[in-house]
Parts: sequence; structure tokens; C-alpha cells
Amino acid sequence: MAALDINLVELPRWNCCGTVYSLAEDDLIHHVAAVRNLIRVKQQGKNKVVTLCAFCYNTLKRANLVMKDSPDKRFAINSFMDEEPDYAGEVETVHLLQVMRDDVGLEKIAARVKKPLKDIKVAAYYGCTLLRPQVVAIDSVERPLVLQDVLRAVGATAVEFPFATECCGAYQVVNNRDIVSERTAAILDSAAKNGAEAVAVSCPLCEYNLRQVPAGTDHAGMPIFYFTQLMALAFGLGPEACAFEENSPQTRAWLKSKGLTS
Amino acid sequence: MSAEFVKKALVIGGGIAGIQAALDIADGGYQVILVERSPSIGGHMIQYAEVFPTLDCPQCIMTPKMVEIAQHPNVTLMTHAEVRSVSGTAGNFEVEIVQKARKVDHKKCNGCGTCWQKCPEKVPSEYNEGMAKRTAVYIPFPQAVPAKPVIDQPHCRYIRYRQFMAEKRAGKKPPECRICEKLCPVGAIDWEQPDEIVREKVGAIVLATGFDLMPFSRIPEYAEDPDVLNGIQFERLLSPGGPTAGAVIRPSDGKTPKEVVFVACCGSRDPERGVPYCSRVCCMYLAKQALLYKHAVPDGQAYVFYIDTRSTGKGYEEFIQRAVGEGVLYLRGKVSRIFREGDKLRVYGADTLSGKRVEIAADLVVLGMAIVPSDGAGELFRKLGVIADENGFVTESHPKFHPLETKVPGIFVAGMAQGPKDIPDAVAQGSGAAGRVLAFFAQGAPSEKQAVPV
Repeated sequence: MAALDINLVELPRWNCCGTVYSLAEDDLIHHVAAVRNLIRVKQQGKNKVVTLCAFCYNTLKRANLVMKDSPDKRFAINSFMDEEPDYAGEVETVHLLQVMRDDVGLEKIAARVKKPLKDIKVAAYYGCTLLRPQVVAIDSVERPLVLQDVLRAVGATAVEFPFATECCGAYQVVNNRDIVSERTAAILDSAAKNGAEAVAVSCPLCEYNLRQVPAGTDHAGMPIFYFTQLMALAFGLGPEACAFEENSPQTRAWLKSKGLTS
Repeated sequence: MSAEFVKKALVIGGGIAGIQAALDIADGGYQVILVERSPSIGGHMIQYAEVFPTLDCPQCIMTPKMVEIAQHPNVTLMTHAEVRSVSGTAGNFEVEIVQKARKVDHKKCNGCGTCWQKCPEKVPSEYNEGMAKRTAVYIPFPQAVPAKPVIDQPHCRYIRYRQFMAEKRAGKKPPECRICEKLCPVGAIDWEQPDEIVREKVGAIVLATGFDLMPFSRIPEYAEDPDVLNGIQFERLLSPGGPTAGAVIRPSDGKTPKEVVFVACCGSRDPERGVPYCSRVCCMYLAKQALLYKHAVPDGQAYVFYIDTRSTGKGYEEFIQRAVGEGVLYLRGKVSRIFREGDKLRVYGADTLSGKRVEIAADLVVLGMAIVPSDGAGELFRKLGVIADENGFVTESHPKFHPLETKVPGIFVAGMAQGPKDIPDAVAQGSGAAGRVLAFFAQGAPSEKQAVPV
């Protein structure tokens, strides 16, 4: 982020966002974890929090809408957390892709590129929670463009494919791995059929799930990146910024074969 | 009332409603000017393959009416023309009509066809909804009325050449073609012909401006694909006079589609992203298209996704049952996504009667897009002071007792300009509006109430 003159501050005492936004009308306890994080942000004197994860984005953003728009629920949640200061939805939650598009800007990203990622075809995969429901969507619900724009800015060929907004299976990976591997196999298959050789994601859980395609099946070793890794690569930043040791061995081997890493 | 009572009518729009209104006023013994902005009358109806529920051919049943318009002594037909302004009051409107330059002198032209057969410039045909080409000098379709061509100026090579030279632009010159002029046996091509402004006085106006289909782009989850068609495009594919001479084939590869999905309510009854109202004709024409498809491809499977079928006209429910009986599969549910996968279009939907998700690998998809007011109608209504509703359709003077009058005395409405409707209703309204005009002309003078200026 320093390469883009953005100074991120880690939130002290952050906790899990709660993972899933509860849809039950009276299930307020599930919003408490998310709201606590928002209170932490407010306590820092800040009004904006950025997430790397699409799920965190969705949960925080929607919990914030509850606090902002539903006085009764706001009262109940604030009363329950009586050791915390009262909160009324003052903090804006954004995803890192929005920071890239709206705060940094695509032109600035393009200007920072030292090694354009020429000749690599990357599928832009969003999953669902950055785009659904519509009130929290960071881009067009059905035809989002922001990730393709970022990929193009760093010189890659962005591949659009029909499964770009299909769900990866999300937390089902905990109790029903088959659902996830079935879905992610279909996603990678669709990406490959549309000409992609790698996939860029905007969510760590999507990344994890896309790696659950069983070995030996089609596209099992397809390289998968969190989108900032490709940006770091194009900016010519070192291994500590690229963090490719977190990716699969196949992904690292692919980078080498493309001459992108030594 | 001191102003002269002009017992002459203006009908705006040359589709079936406008044609019917003009003919009935003319038959009633009064002069009518019929203004149509495209080069031929006929409207959307002339594009259809066969019309429900009787399955008769519009080219057969409509052309006699079109020819009658052209030959009726009381009708002045102005095609390729648009109303520019209107002032005055009921009984005495002053109208300015722009006769757009045709660049062909219709007094000399005998409609021989040499020019449009030899013109080298090919342009997507509006009549065939972009699925076939026409030439730059053209009649829109073989049964066009008038059967004399116009030159499509933005596409004509010589006109582009002249503009290029006049503006002293840099780059490659368009060719100085002039083939039509060289070959025309009667010297009818007139490059200097200007747009002409015609001023007329009329006592009454009938708005019959028709409709368009909502564009695909409003539903981004349905892929834009050569094999995803709107209802009118599929009519052209079914039509014996269409781009494939009636052969039902996929635009992408010319193969016969074996699995065809029809989707009702694409944008209709969808207040959030489309329009809140029912478009009224989609249930029926999709059933008809599915049936005609089954007749063309007996071993093919047709699916219709619907919310509920609306078949309230005479013989309509029987027609739906006929389609079901002939093997069209009705699935009650909406389609969430359409996208290409190799040779097929994947259609994700739901069958809410069985509670199951449905996925179909289709060869062709037909979308029943919502009916919306015709492009530019709103601007015309504003010029006339006619009030339209939030969806752009003309508001009637009274929804029950004055359904053919607009809020402006002396201005009447017929057909889809008032709201979505089928052909019988459009024709009935055309006749009804003509009846209102005739009743008005039968008065000695416009009443006090009618003397409201535009």
C-alpha cells in the first residue's frame, strides 16, 4: 500500500466479524461481533474501515445498515453492549477493491507499474458477497468491472466469464466440503473455458475454496492470486510484498514458467 | 368561436392503430394526413410472422389496408416525415411537419427497384431487426407503402463523400459512388433535395405512436449473444419473408435449434429494474412462437418460463392450452441467468410448482422484453401538451368514459401509445378514435370547453 501512498492502520483489538450476516429478524446477537469492530474503528477517531475479505465487508456493511436504519435494533444492541460506547452507524466499510478504484484510482495504479503483466490471462472472480444484496454492492450486481479494470491497469489481460459472481460455497467448506469442491470446480472450468490461465480473487475465503478442487481433476492446479499479489508483482516489489509462499506450489511453479519470478 | 373550424385530421404514426384511424376518418368523408417517421407505414405488426390466436399472416391481412391508405382520395400519406410543432386549439391546430429529404423524387420514381438492387452499401435492416442487410437506398420491405425508396443519408457513400469534401476532413475519402443515379432510368435521384417544412391546418389529431421493446441492457444477467433474441427478432426468424425465409435456425451457426427457451416478463412486472406493469401481449406471442417453433421443428423442445399466463382475450386461453397440448413445456418461474457455455446457452431458472431448480442447455433463447413507449414519443407528447403517465404512456381524459381522448381537447389516442395492447384492441381503438374525430367534426363548432390552447 505504501507504493500507492496509502497508509493503512491495523485495527487494535479487532475480532471476527461473525462471518455470516444473520437474516433472521430477531437474531441480533449475530450482529454484535460486527458492530464491536465498528465501535473499535470509531474509538480510533476514524470513520472508515477497509477489509480484504468479501465476507467481512458484507457482514460489517450490513450490520452497520442495521445500526443506522433500525432504531429499535440499534437500541437493543447498544443496550446489550453497555460496556461499549453507543454506536449509530457512523463508520463506512469499504473493500480494498473500492480503495483501489475510488481512492487510489486506476491511472495511479497504471503509473506505478514497472513490469506490466503482459501476456497473462487472468479471470476476474468476485464471488457473491461483494455484490449481493444490491444495497451493499460495490459495483454492478450482474456485470461488475472493477477487478477487470485493476487487472488491466497492471497490464494483464482480464478474462470475463459467466461464473465470476457464482458463490464459491463459502463457509460450507467447514461442514460440507463436497459442495465447495463441486462449485469451485465449475468456477475454474468456466474460467478456463473462457481463456483464463489464472484467477484473481478479492476474498481470502474464495481463494481457500478455489484451492479445494480435488487433485487430479481438471484445473486442480490452476494458479489463484489475491489481486494485490499481482499488483505487487507488476510494481516490481520484493517477495515480502508478493507473499507467494502463501500460494500453492503449482501457482509458484506457474509464475516461474511464465518468467514472472525467478 | 371566431377561428375557422378545420374539418381535417392528422394521424401521427402509421402502425395498425394509425392506419385504422386514418382509414375510418377518410371513409367518414373527411381529409386525413397520416404522418409516419419511417419510410413505410406498417409499424411493428408488419414484422410479425403469424398473429395469435388465429395464426393469420400480417403481410396478407395488413397489406390491403396499407394499399388502401396509399390510394384513398381523402388520405394524404407522408412517410419519412415527423411532426415538428403544433399550436392552436381543437378545431384549428397549426401543424409543422418536416418531410425529411428522401433524395429520391417520388414524382419521377416508378419504383422499378434498380437502385436498391445495385446499391453497394449494405446496412443492418431495421425491418429484419438487424438479422439481415438492406442497401443504403432502400424500401424497408417488399410490401412497403409507398413502394418507392429513400436514401439513408448517414450510410450513403456519395453523401458521405460530399460531406467529407465539404468539411475538408483529413483521412481516407469515401468513394464517390453515385451508382443509383447512373442507373436510374427516370432520373429520380436528387442529391440537392432538402428537408421540407410543410404547414397544415387540422381540426383534430390522433396519436398512434406505438411502442418499442425495452433494451436487453436493462437485464445484464441475460447474456448479450447472437442466439439470445427478443420477441420481434424471433418473429422475423419465423416469417416466410424473413432473413432465413422462415427456416428456424440459430443466428450464430445456422444450425436448427433443438432446445428453445422462451422467457416471459423480461422487465415487465419488475418495478425495481424494469417496468411495473404487465406488457399484456408477451404471454400470447410467446405461446404462439413456441407453437410455430414446434411446427417448424417437430422434434424440438420448447420451454416457456412464466410468472402466470395472462390469456384474457377471446380464444386466448384455448390457444395457450393448444400450445401445452402440442408439447410446449410451461415452467412457472423466473430465469436468473443466461450465459454461453461452448455451443450452448445455459439457462438457470426455477420451476416453482415442483420446487426445483432448473438448468437448461438451450440452443436458442427468446426474451419477451417489456413493451415501452416508442422512442421519441415523450418529446412529441410534450410538444402537444399531452400528459403521459410515469411510464410514458398517454394519460386518457378519463380512464373509463373518455379512454380515447387525451387531456388536450381535439387530440385523441389509439394503440400502444395509450398502453400495451394486442392487435384487436389497437384496431378497435383506432376505429374508436376515428369515431370520436368524426363526432367532433359533426359539431357545428368546437365548444367552449374544447377551446383550450396547446
